[in-house]
Amino acid sequence: MTTAEHAAGAAGASERVGLDRQSATGLVFGLLGVALIAGVAPAISGTSRKFNFEPPPDPAGIGFHPPTWVIAIGVLFLLTAVLGFAPPEARRWASPARLLSAVALIPLVLVLSLALSDNPSTNVINLFNESLVLATPLALGATTGLWCERSGIINIGIEGTMLAGAGIGYMTYATIGDAQSTGWLWFSILVSVLAGGMVAALLAVLSIRFGVNQIVGGVVINLFALGLTGFLRSEVIVKTGITTGVGTSEFGLPLLSEIPVIGDQLFRGKPIYWMMYLVVIGTWLVMFRTPWGLRVRSCGENPHAAETLGVNVVRVRYQSVILGGLIAGLAGAWFSMESQTRFEDNMTNAAGFIALAALIFGKWTPWGAFGGALLFGFSRALGTRLQFLGVEVSGFEIPSEFLQALPFVVTLVVVAGAVGRSIPPAAAGQPFNRSR
Amino acid sequence: MAQASGNAAGPVLEIEGITKAFPGVVANDNVSLTLNQGEIHCLLGENGAGKSTLMNMVFGLYRPDRGTIRVRGEQVSFQDSGEAIARGIGMVHQHFQLIPVFTVAENIILGNEITKGAFLDLDTARRQIDALAERYGLAVDPDATVGDLSVGEQQRVELVKALFRDADILILDEPTAVLTPGEVDDFFEVVDSLTGQGKSIIFITHKLREVLAVADRITVLRAGQVVGTATADGATQQSLANLMVGRDVVFRVDKAEADPGPAVIRVQGLRSLDDRGVETVTGLDVEVRAGEIFGIAGVEGNGQRELVETVCGMRPATGGRVEMLGQETTGWGPRQINELGVAHVPENRSKHGVVAQYTIADNLVLNRYHHRKFSQRGVRNTAAINAEARELVEQFDVRTPGVDAVIDTLSGGNQQKVIVARELTGDLKALVVAQPTRGLDVGSIEFIHRKIIELRDRGVAVLLVSAELDEILSLSDRIGVLYRGRLAGTVEAADATREELGLLMATGATGGKS
Repeated sequence: MTTAEHAAGAAGASERVGLDRQSATGLVFGLLGVALIAGVAPAISGTSRKFNFEPPPDPAGIGFHPPTWVIAIGVLFLLTAVLGFAPPEARRWASPARLLSAVALIPLVLVLSLALSDNPSTNVINLFNESLVLATPLALGATTGLWCERSGIINIGIEGTMLAGAGIGYMTYATIGDAQSTGWLWFSILVSVLAGGMVAALLAVLSIRFGVNQIVGGVVINLFALGLTGFLRSEVIVKTGITTGVGTSEFGLPLLSEIPVIGDQLFRGKPIYWMMYLVVIGTWLVMFRTPWGLRVRSCGENPHAAETLGVNVVRVRYQSVILGGLIAGLAGAWFSMESQTRFEDNMTNAAGFIALAALIFGKWTPWGAFGGALLFGFSRALGTRLQFLGVEVSGFEIPSEFLQALPFVVTLVVVAGAVGRSIPPAAAGQPFNRSR
Repeated sequence: MAQASGNAAGPVLEIEGITKAFPGVVANDNVSLTLNQGEIHCLLGENGAGKSTLMNMVFGLYRPDRGTIRVRGEQVSFQDSGEAIARGIGMVHQHFQLIPVFTVAENIILGNEITKGAFLDLDTARRQIDALAERYGLAVDPDATVGDLSVGEQQRVELVKALFRDADILILDEPTAVLTPGEVDDFFEVVDSLTGQGKSIIFITHKLREVLAVADRITVLRAGQVVGTATADGATQQSLANLMVGRDVVFRVDKAEADPGPAVIRVQGLRSLDDRGVETVTGLDVEVRAGEIFGIAGVEGNGQRELVETVCGMRPATGGRVEMLGQETTGWGPRQINELGVAHVPENRSKHGVVAQYTIADNLVLNRYHHRKFSQRGVRNTAAINAEARELVEQFDVRTPGVDAVIDTLSGGNQQKVIVARELTGDLKALVVAQPTRGLDVGSIEFIHRKIIELRDRGVAVLLVSAELDEILSLSDRIGVLYRGRLAGTVEAADATREELGLLMATGATGGKS
């Protein structure tokens, strides 16, 4: 018998002993539930708090009694834990219960932080909108990754591609438009998009033409973009003397923005933000409803099979990677011409990597990736909100760094406990050599 | 078989003087053959004879160095397979070219998509697929996910894929290698219905029985050259095998009368589950004595895999017991059982037999690398390993450039010889072999069979599991038929007939002997 068999046997054994992922998640929720009901609920202040739906003065909203909510969520967690170990016939409720519990972590964090703060209320609609806006570069980045990986090219250079788009676009805007002219602003956004496409084309040539390891290629892109934009900033942008300027401006969607209370908060936004939705919808349509999309997906799953059907794998991969790059360039423009109107070194601040996490979270689907981006966007928005609220535990203010990290911990629990195994395209990362 | 209804219609495909060289090897050397309308032309040859290379050129995946290909009289030079498809050529590869996560319909239309405006029109595709399935007797469900289908169903998808592209020249590369005996019969019916409707077929294989059953004409390749052509009625298994191998082949394995000793492997009431958790070994009893070969026949999926894996310690028993050399080994791990002197040639060559990226030398000592001879104080003795490897390569006739070659670069037959060499070396008391010659050519089969008989004659107890009834019949001393996880009957090989075993395999009804 061989070592290969030993390994197979050992893997089989480890699946049988110990906790599987489901029971482990159940256990965690069980412990959390007990802690909430017995420990947290009696300890927090019983004075009523309020979730606002609009800005002050005199905002509409719903008031609530924090301990009651904490107990309710605790009961939900306990129920989830019990279902995890229930007899088989009740087990089919276990998976939805886990998902519900995972989602309930979000209101739990909100309720707790409000209860522990001096502020009696906070605007939740506004918080949701902030989440969506902060999700913009993440959703665009995840879509970039989607196009690349679905065609079989792993792209960890999304971060660098975005940064190059941000830097080169803003440089154009500052030098020829003085960062003031609307016409040049749009031209510069276009430059950002094209710059992203060109950086991605570099990755495509490295990994498709020369068969360079795709991870190494992506790292090279990231380092190259960091160096290039740093150079351009100090040698070109700084020398123009322009530090900031006029970015894209908000507008409301017709009709929808007229809706009372929420319309003005949810349906007003800036152009790249709105384009993000178009990109996600367009990606879904093209990738899953058109012949070209079918071919892209086939190249990421089994390029040799695609080749036998006359699909030009090399061309499809070039097209997909460059299309992805154009999208990443747009995400770059969001950083330097929409969210802010300036360029700083390493301005994208790991958004490209978080986008990859969102892609995996979303199981390589456009809407899943958007959901992942939204979750991470929410984490960021909440982190900032918690800082403003000033959360205190028995007179000791919790450090803001901890509060900013907390949402990501929540995300980790959600991903590990509720989403389950995510399977990448089978041929992602494998170089393709045409038959001769 | 429909005797080429359209010989008069003339050739649809003419291959003339094709030569193709890869670095270091001439795969095809001045090969010519013609395919007539409505005929089944068998391309016969050992592994590595150049059959697939030749067909990949016809299908536009490779480009020939010299020679011409004519389709319906017109000379062609394909740049890719899309151009071959446009000329009505379809190919079903030995390793299916399917995308497991796609549906059947998506697999079929890929590259030839039906659209409504800019979008895919899956409804029309479904209707067309259903119509093709009906017409040629190829039942497929357009909405099933391909990864969930059985091998036989996947093959039907491949055929529909070619027909969907209006292929009338079909190249089938070893289509029966992966099928069970029942599926093979179904497949021949499909082939019949295809030629009946005017399709012409090139059928690549190295199974002589099938050649004689379906072929109109036969071309034999050896080492890249055409060494003979024949018609089905003018050929015998013996004449074809000799042409293919280039020397006289002994079919009937010569073996002396068995001289069985005491029971070495004793399985009682064994139960175990397959990967889906379904019980597929359901209270099985079997006893293998020293110096005999016990063959287990049966339609695949009746618990063969689970039986072998449970006996060898790779799968837990959920009931019953396994005893080897007088010791209970139920619950033992693979290495413990191996160290007892029980070798295992696994069914799944690439998954359990070899580590694909290791060298031949490393693969040859996978079961013994930790022995004093090959490693001292945790450090491998490379010189000793290589010396052993060179000796085994020589002894087992493994065709390789050297023992440091990565095993993945070898042909399937040579990989199997490496596994057999590793497992049959050492002080063996028992041997469990599953599908030892699957996908191998006549020469390698003969060699491996001889080795197994040699072991038996040295007093080793051999448990042989095979889907090839011929192999079971020619090697075994006793034969048990596995049906729904139990032995439906045990017969002495000398008394067994194909018909009786076939009946047992299909119905599980005992023929009266035991």
